[in-house]
Amino acid sequence: MTGTAMTMMIISMLTLWGGLAAAILHLRQTPERVVDEGDE
Amino acid sequence: MSHPSTTPVKRRELFNSRNVFILAAIGSAVGLGNIWRFPYVAYTHGGGAFLIPYLIALLSAGIPLLFLDYALGHRYRSAPPLALRRVGRKWTEALGWWQVLVCFVIAVYYAAILAWASMYFIFSFTEAWGDDPAGFLMGEFLQVAETPHVGFDFVPQVAVPMLLVWVITLVVIGLGVKRGISRANVVMIPLLLVMFLILVVRAVTLPGAVDGLNAFFTPNWASLADPAVWAAAYGQIFFSLSVGFGIMITYSSYLRRRTNLTGSGLVVGFANSSFELLAGIGVFAVLGFMAMSSGSEINDVAAGGIGLAFIAFPSIVSSTSAGPLIGALFFASLVFAGFTSMISIVEVVTSAIQDKLGLSRVASTLVVGLPMAIASMLLLSTTTGLYFLDITDEFVNKFGILLGAFAMVVVIAWVLRKLPLLQRHLDRVSSVKFGKLWLALVGVVVPIVLGGVLVSEVIKHINNPYGGYPLGMLGVFGWGMAGSLIVGAILLALTPWRRSTKQVVDEDALDAKYEEIMQK
Repeated sequence: MTGTAMTMMIISMLTLWGGLAAAILHLRQTPERVVDEGDE
Repeated sequence: MSHPSTTPVKRRELFNSRNVFILAAIGSAVGLGNIWRFPYVAYTHGGGAFLIPYLIALLSAGIPLLFLDYALGHRYRSAPPLALRRVGRKWTEALGWWQVLVCFVIAVYYAAILAWASMYFIFSFTEAWGDDPAGFLMGEFLQVAETPHVGFDFVPQVAVPMLLVWVITLVVIGLGVKRGISRANVVMIPLLLVMFLILVVRAVTLPGAVDGLNAFFTPNWASLADPAVWAAAYGQIFFSLSVGFGIMITYSSYLRRRTNLTGSGLVVGFANSSFELLAGIGVFAVLGFMAMSSGSEINDVAAGGIGLAFIAFPSIVSSTSAGPLIGALFFASLVFAGFTSMISIVEVVTSAIQDKLGLSRVASTLVVGLPMAIASMLLLSTTTGLYFLDITDEFVNKFGILLGAFAMVVVIAWVLRKLPLLQRHLDRVSSVKFGKLWLALVGVVVPIVLGGVLVSEVIKHINNPYGGYPLGMLGVFGWGMAGSLIVGAILLALTPWRRSTKQVVDEDALDAKYEEIMQK
């Protein structure tokens, strides 16, 4: 691959897949807690 | 103020957990467009440079609009018509029905594409298209009529798998949120990811793959000065994320009250875009191989949509010993990605009817599903189905989804002025609080961008009638269909609700309830 294409591919991967990883890690820090919600 | 109850109010169905909701939302967002639209749009709009407007569109419009849908569905716990009735007034219910009717139309033709992909999965093993995939698709398989018109000459090899698609979809919907939709997504999404990863790994090891990746990622920086590139980026994000046409309102209405909305939404938004990037790598690696095999340039073989899936990929399958594996993985991925989206689209209509009429899950599935399936079979499993699909898809996307989303945002932000209320709701239940930034993005950026894209589409369609079709067909299945969705939405909003439905909510009491739950 050319240097420019390789650079753009790595930036794309880091941005989108990195963003996904960060979002998942953040969500794991706030685990779901089921509470009594009362009536509708 | 609330209406007196005459019958016990049923508890709303819920997803098994937040993670299952996230899987279902990803399943809805990741559809055919991720696989066959994004790679081509990115390639033709600046290659690697497209990432910049794409990312800005995701963060400035896609994710904020996704949060708006989440806030509406979650706060008012209902499908779009009732959610938009509760956030506004009697007439705003029509905006919700507009979204429901858009889903009705999309489901009618989406089933056909799923049926084609299912058949091509089988064809991959026998290479049924021989050495002429284009001729096979239009001739032997679809038997497309020579001139665009409306006909009822049925094509059995399309009709039978379509019937199967509808049966499976309606069974999943009929089983409900927990037993049907949740389970289908829990099985299909991981399988889709595994299959697509195998496809991509195989694709990038093919000879010529590097040329394809070079073509896909090499940036054309000059394209960033072209407004059309920015419009394409925003358009891709809107269509891809399943925002603005009821799906995310409906799915988020099945969440527990104590749910981290923005945290979940960020995962869904980035997962959808991550899959698009993966699809771009896989598709262009394969196209690089195809170009090398045929001695042509990438530009000559690059395609999107039906041309990519049902003509380019079959050619590739026929040109390598690994072809059947690549074909099977590709078409199975299309089927799985399509099914999870199809389920979410039909669920919007089912949920809206269930809210309105107070029917059981099975009854509302049948009331909704049978007319949809019949319309779908009558219009799409015929020799003229491709023409109907092409026109309807174009117009329902541009003047159904985009226009409907634009109307909803403008009404909520500027007519009802309910964005601050929804912002407080999001911030109350979520870990990532966007505060006034979200207000500015949804209230200003999203309407400007949506309005700009819409105006350019209207001008384009007026100057150049779409696809060279006869004006009569465009008038009926294009403009006429888009206009009839608005009329139908108004009529549906005028029909009475069952008496036990709370059409109006006490916002202060609702705020207090959420506050209490968050304190627990």
